[in-house]
Amino acid sequence: MNGTGEKVKQRPNRIGVFICHCGINIASVVDIEAVKGRISGCPDVALVKDYMYMCSEPGQMLLKETCSSGQIDGVVIAACSPTLHEATFRGAAAEAGMNPYRIEIANIREQCSWVHHDDRGRATEKAIDIIQSLVERAKRDESLAEVSIPVTKKALVIGAGISGMQAALNIANSGFEVFLVERQPSIGGHMAQLSETFPTLDCSQCILTPRMVEVGRHKNINLMTYSEVEEVSGYVGNFRVKVRRKAAYVDWSKCTGCGICTEKCPTSVQSEFDRKIGQRKAIYTPFPQAVPNKVVIDRQSCLYFQKGKCRVCEKKCPLGAIDFEQKDRIEEIEVGAIVVAAGYDLYEKEKIEEYRMGYCSDVVDSLTFERLLSASGPTQGKLVRPSDATVPKEIVFIQCAGSRDPDKHFAYCSRICCMYTAKHAMLYKHRVPDGQPYVFYMDIRSGGKNYEEFVQRAIEEDNVLYIRGRVSRMYRENGKIVVIGADTLSGKNIEVRADMVVLAMAMRPSSGYEEIVRKLKIQMDSNGFLTEAHPKLRPVETLTQGIFLAGCIQAPKDIPDTVSQAGAAASKVVELLSREKLTHEPITSWVDEELCTACGQCVTQCSYDAIELDRKKKTARINEALCQGCGACIVTCPSGAVQQRNFTLQQYYSMIESFV
Amino acid sequence: MPIFASLLGRIKPVGEPLNRMFTVSYMPGCTLKTSGKNFEESTLKLLERLDVKVEELPSWYCCGTTYSLASDNIMNHLAPIRTLIRAKETGRRELLVLCSMCYNTLRRAQDLVLNDEEKRNKINDFMYREETELSGHEVRVVHLLNFLKEFVGFERLAEKVTRRARDLTVALYYGCMLLRPDEISVDASSENPAIMEELFTACGVETAYFPFKTECCGSYQTVNRRSIVLERVKEIVESAVKNAADLIVTSCPLCFFNLDDSQKILLDDTPDFTSIPILYISQVLALLMGIEDATDYSLHAIDPRPVLKEKGLLR
Repeated sequence: MNGTGEKVKQRPNRIGVFICHCGINIASVVDIEAVKGRISGCPDVALVKDYMYMCSEPGQMLLKETCSSGQIDGVVIAACSPTLHEATFRGAAAEAGMNPYRIEIANIREQCSWVHHDDRGRATEKAIDIIQSLVERAKRDESLAEVSIPVTKKALVIGAGISGMQAALNIANSGFEVFLVERQPSIGGHMAQLSETFPTLDCSQCILTPRMVEVGRHKNINLMTYSEVEEVSGYVGNFRVKVRRKAAYVDWSKCTGCGICTEKCPTSVQSEFDRKIGQRKAIYTPFPQAVPNKVVIDRQSCLYFQKGKCRVCEKKCPLGAIDFEQKDRIEEIEVGAIVVAAGYDLYEKEKIEEYRMGYCSDVVDSLTFERLLSASGPTQGKLVRPSDATVPKEIVFIQCAGSRDPDKHFAYCSRICCMYTAKHAMLYKHRVPDGQPYVFYMDIRSGGKNYEEFVQRAIEEDNVLYIRGRVSRMYRENGKIVVIGADTLSGKNIEVRADMVVLAMAMRPSSGYEEIVRKLKIQMDSNGFLTEAHPKLRPVETLTQGIFLAGCIQAPKDIPDTVSQAGAAASKVVELLSREKLTHEPITSWVDEELCTACGQCVTQCSYDAIELDRKKKTARINEALCQGCGACIVTCPSGAVQQRNFTLQQYYSMIESFV
Repeated sequence: MPIFASLLGRIKPVGEPLNRMFTVSYMPGCTLKTSGKNFEESTLKLLERLDVKVEELPSWYCCGTTYSLASDNIMNHLAPIRTLIRAKETGRRELLVLCSMCYNTLRRAQDLVLNDEEKRNKINDFMYREETELSGHEVRVVHLLNFLKEFVGFERLAEKVTRRARDLTVALYYGCMLLRPDEISVDASSENPAIMEELFTACGVETAYFPFKTECCGSYQTVNRRSIVLERVKEIVESAVKNAADLIVTSCPLCFFNLDDSQKILLDDTPDFTSIPILYISQVLALLMGIEDATDYSLHAIDPRPVLKEKGLLR
């Protein structure tokens, strides 16, 4: 092997064939002796050997000894599917000094003995055909060397909610530099908005803020809040990223977060962090524990930007940190790996048409209810109705609002609503002991450690009334919200005259997810959630190498699962960044420059951005580091100029010829 | 094929809203010739004022009512399909329907012919004596509300309003037949429709918050289990009264009958029951345009004249 990615040209014709019995899996159907006889008569076959289990230690020894004897230049192993033991045999051959890409597998088990066990004669003939065709291919295999690329030992994490923070901390603690990009002025994400967390009811901010401080102080984490990823180019190990640092109109190097400007600012607007039931100023931090503790000016509500006068903050700032002339600036960074932890938003309740007649400020979604419960919320944790600040005595919780509704909304289950609704009802009952909470549900999905016990506690100890059925509609009457639903267990219609209604809205991928997908060239599913490389075995990777997923942008999930996934994504990043160089299989495409007309069709087909057009030389060029060997360019090329190493058309023609 | 059905519902008329006399085919149905006379007469006079020429089909049949709502026996659909064939023979693109039940059965029969090739062939084979074959896309069945919105335009309609109602609030009642199933709904939202609100707001009439606007009126239970209808009507009327409505306005003759006639019994049986007059959309629109001779008030169980006079619509 050489490290430059060049192929080593050889033209040998001495092929060794090894036939595996696989116990009786192959040998009881295929006549091994007959196969040996016929194959040893083939041109260019130097020797034929058979063994009970080629994959066993002695079987591999047999292969190694033959390889190192110098009798052969290429190998065909007639055994099971290459998905099982190709890597085993390639490894063994490499140990014996043979180029591993000169090993071919003839699958005579899954594609022959197993499916033709009732016809020994024809199965044997088919096994011979399969082996012969692979011999033809092996004769034309080239010795290839793995492609090697350097690694930038830094990572980018997009989104600084609990998943992004966790991933960033894990990577940073492993000694690698991390850029943590967050579009809001503070890190913390939705978890900072929550009151208490299930199933232990510990205060969300109390467990989150120490992490936020740790992130803010970590020497390996470059915090880029109030910033957005603008552009991403490059490939695994070598991404180049442009980050837009949005103008805060405040010089953060001077701002100490003293809060004088916020206090003096004359403009109050609805606070996004408080889900619009609380107020903030035009110059603000989203919440008191914000990290970094720096203020930003909201251009849309600032009197100076809208009407041209005011500048009170500028006059009052003791440090001269206000800078109305500040502009957005673009910062360029280089990283080896990217974690996408963009998070979620709640589906808008206005989309549920059948409930619209009931909508008023006392019908809220669950995140708004969290703010009403939160000790740091606009009511300091006192549970009152937003409309008239009275204590709600009857409250209805509606689960699956928008979820599990393939006709009108989303088919999927948002997964955490059963648990947080139980928590909401419980916390309500703790604050209003003489109140009555009702929960309309489809099913209770409480899979998770101590989760079912938690729901049972809500039902049995806190007397939350669970009604199995859907709410068909609601309307306002005399300051109440009349909720009409069905109890499918008793078969009765239910009418609750509620003071407040809380809708457990479906979780959606965070707004702007299409932009992320477009910029990173990764896949999303039909609901907009980002797609993992394999649903079971590669849950935190995307199909694009070097880009990883964490948190609710992949699918709805709770805090423990988010933290676990973020840790897994971080460990994948660390695994990648720990390597000095990256290697990947040399089964890549190459362009015959004589034939290429530089039409560019392959460029548009390539999902990995691996092909560039060289306009001067009028040819397409393939970046071996990026090419994944999918073959899309080959079938697209109208002039047959693109070929794949060890999968050449010539190899296929000769394989077909051996059959006919 | 279903894509055609949805397209059909959105076909816009060519060119600007009517500048000249526009002729449309019209299927009245049985009720409009008997207990629903007020609906037909007021609509015809209203459309005349709007320069629309209405041409009743030379021959039409029972719409099939509830029978054609059953989907298993295609025989039940023959009545509305025959009407569609007659409409096709007029050569006009639109068939105007006023009655909600007729609208529902005709639209669903049309969707069936359009989307189900097997049933379409069966029906056409069965009706071999018909000279005209129906493929479903020839005629658009259009309800009065959609006709006023798309072919006349609410703004243009509002220009013809001559009388300003004094402090009038109307509760707009849709019932179910205009909205369900979803595919035939006269409004994009079948759960929370707003087309009638748009119409009356354009004409300068206040519309009430009316959460019972799509509640079932009890429908044909009025024939054998009146008590169900009485219960429904009581809730609907009470909601309208509670929300300060002066009138309930509907476009369905059956809803009209149930809401209007049942109030006589409710007035006798229920203490403290407050009645409210029921009118068809066209009756109110005609009055807003100063057309006073479009209504036979003897067909009303709850006489709307006192309210109409008070609000300045009737002089």
